[in-house]
Amino acid sequence: MSKTERSPAEKADFKRELTEVVPHLRAFARGLCGRSDMADDLVQETMLKAWAAQERFEPGTSMRAWTFVILRNAYLTDMRRNRFCGEYDEGVAERILTAPAGQEEPIHLSDMHRALLTLPPERREALLLVGAGGFSYEEAANICDCAVGTIKSRVGRARSTLNAMLAEGNIPQRSNEDAVAHRAILEELDAVAAGNGERSAG
Amino acid sequence: MRENINSGAAGQPQVEGSDKGGATDAPKWADGLRKLYDSVVEEPLPDSFMDLLSKLDEPQDGNQA
Repeated sequence: MSKTERSPAEKADFKRELTEVVPHLRAFARGLCGRSDMADDLVQETMLKAWAAQERFEPGTSMRAWTFVILRNAYLTDMRRNRFCGEYDEGVAERILTAPAGQEEPIHLSDMHRALLTLPPERREALLLVGAGGFSYEEAANICDCAVGTIKSRVGRARSTLNAMLAEGNIPQRSNEDAVAHRAILEELDAVAAGNGERSAG
Repeated sequence: MRENINSGAAGQPQVEGSDKGGATDAPKWADGLRKLYDSVVEEPLPDSFMDLLSKLDEPQDGNQA
């Protein structure tokens, strides 16, 4: 396709809109990714990609939706490369979600986030887009490049999982088992590298 | 199939804004999900983001590692 170079005024508009959605990108990324440092890396990667691809943005359309697609693709690529992005970050955690006055039993943000992170990624993102980001099913389907019915069913499944978890207090532990296993393997490798594994060598 | 975790609770939280997700009988955590998101939106932007934004205009080699 022919890219038309943007005028300085258009670039300025683009930059202003991009700046405005950065907090939303961070929130979306934080929901997808357990760790805030990785989430922020992802957002910065997204910003650079969005800037580089700005000719493909149609002025007047939703910058938030457009950049979410970029962020989502970057996230999926990272996941495929097996970068570690599913682990829960305690730093985010201990802000308490205080319920409005008059309500019993506040839900802790940390519980909420942890429960969210146990969902399969495609259900998690669907729920984040619709339930937190306020996108319609149609908008979410566009962002995820799938059918509206698929989004509806993912959101429905995500909701019933969370219902079960949060209602029964059956919230998973801090790290998922993969993370623990992964760390154990790394520690073992470190030990070997440090010379503790020499028995078997030569 | 959908369990209401608030069964018996008198004061359902008011769902603010239009909920296009169709969760009219939103459980308590649904509000928490939005708060989780909003809490990040409302965080002040770390300097690194402002730095990056200011570098975007610079010519080409803006390879901010």
